[in-house]
Amino acid sequence: MTAVIRAPLGALNRALGRAHVRAESLLVLVALVVVLSILSPVFLSLSNFFNILLATATVGILAIGATFVICAAGIDLSLGSVLGLSSVTGAAMSAYLGLPWPFVILGALAAGAAAGFVNGLTVAVARVPAFIVTLGMMGIARGLALIISGGQGIYGMPPEILFLGQARPFGVPTPIFILIGTALIAHWVLAHTRFGHHTLALGDNEAAARATGIDVRRLRLMLYTLSGLMAGLAGLVFTARVNTGDPTAGLTYELLAITAAIIGGTNLFGGRGSILGTMVGALIMGVVQNGLNLLAVQAYWQQMAIGTVLVAAVWLDQIRQRGRVL
Amino acid sequence: MSLLELEGVEKAFGPVQVLRGITLKVEAGEVVGLLGDNGAGKSTLMKTVTGVYAADRGVVRFAGEDVTLLPPGERRRRGIEMIYQDLALAPQQDVANNIFLGREPTRRLWGLLPGHVDKARIDREAQAMVDRLGVRVPSIHIPVGMLSGGQQQTIAIARALTFAPRLVIMDEPTAALAVREVNSVLALIERMAADGIGVILISHRLNDVFQACSRMVVLQRGTVAADLRREETSMAEVVSYIVGAHA
Repeated sequence: MTAVIRAPLGALNRALGRAHVRAESLLVLVALVVVLSILSPVFLSLSNFFNILLATATVGILAIGATFVICAAGIDLSLGSVLGLSSVTGAAMSAYLGLPWPFVILGALAAGAAAGFVNGLTVAVARVPAFIVTLGMMGIARGLALIISGGQGIYGMPPEILFLGQARPFGVPTPIFILIGTALIAHWVLAHTRFGHHTLALGDNEAAARATGIDVRRLRLMLYTLSGLMAGLAGLVFTARVNTGDPTAGLTYELLAITAAIIGGTNLFGGRGSILGTMVGALIMGVVQNGLNLLAVQAYWQQMAIGTVLVAAVWLDQIRQRGRVL
Repeated sequence: MSLLELEGVEKAFGPVQVLRGITLKVEAGEVVGLLGDNGAGKSTLMKTVTGVYAADRGVVRFAGEDVTLLPPGERRRRGIEMIYQDLALAPQQDVANNIFLGREPTRRLWGLLPGHVDKARIDREAQAMVDRLGVRVPSIHIPVGMLSGGQQQTIAIARALTFAPRLVIMDEPTAALAVREVNSVLALIERMAADGIGVILISHRLNDVFQACSRMVVLQRGTVAADLRREETSMAEVVSYIVGAHA
């Protein structure tokens, strides 16, 4: 049976190879869209499509960071907490310090990048395992966010910031532009720059990366900083959408981000992955949630559905890989 | 002037003296077998050549110049390549990318964006290298992990040869290979020597060493126990030096 599945998938994969997207995940997405279009009359509409993308934006941006780190055989469990820290830091710039709106952007991005830089230093230089480092940062960043905000939401953002979250230029919500723009740049970086090539090589075989003269330490430092920066951007978008610096923002989002990356074909053990694939993974999760909402299925079932999709996606991938040495 | 000259090279790790004054020469176009029991100092000696270890005492001269104090990257630029036993390949990346790993050529995307990896050029030059070596791989676009051990070894060799090295050090290149794959790797070594590249072959497989090498250097507890020409020695004599039984 597996051979029957594998042959056409192989052909499709070669066709998609240039775009670095896995056929399996794209097929799952198409199948979901077809099924939900039949089951729900409002599913296949432009406004619902924007709903899905808008709901995907925050986790999607986080998943970009997760993809880079996982491709290098690392992990970043602090993504959700750093999102919360960035949200609070950005909001505090305006609400507490009275600084103009660019400082909200700067504060959120800098907080994210700084947390990521600390992760990177600890992983790359102190050589503490990434799982532990980022698990620690998960607590540290969340605690810091609660301390800064006194455990309360920080309300009231300047209009320029609200534009980033709530405006609809050309009828499209701004976060969708931010998600797509960031994803396209990130895709180019991972698939078409030396930084991206070296990231995949590091995740594939660290000894090989070292032997060919790649500065592994510097690369790791940059990767975790980049991941933190993505969490900062996601925190900014979140803050702008809800008009609040929320210390509890992004709780457990790191798991959703990692799930999106894995569904999209990123190898959990490193060496393989793409941003476009991750976006397909994030869309699959968004479509499942949206579809179950439209079908008025209780929210509890959604978590089960996402979990099932995750396991199924990895299983399909393994069917394809089984024909290989890997 | 020899391609590589070592003079009285010594290296200790703490109280353990691993190399006790090694002196040897390798000529361009020569294939030299480096033999010795485990712990004789073969790997340490080669790492003082590539620059991974700095020699405590003695001189490493390459193409007439003293390189003793130069870092590994600079020695590599001057033409010293090492192919490691574990091959240092990235199994999920394709053949072409592995050949250019760490040295990817870039261009401007749409004439603007710098740093765009020139995949077309990587593929073109990798294909040319694979063709020139007569390596049989199904495609340069498949992941290296899908290739056999022998094919992977030839890809590692192709990578070493892409940047026109003058000395190639190979650590157990035939250890994990099927018999017919061994022959194609040995043929490749022969062609490298014919192109004027000096080759140092570290191997435990005496058959391969006798087939490929015109000279054999036997290390024993950090010293050169024997430096033999193939036509003047025998396998029995080499073995007796390796195990330290030679009178």
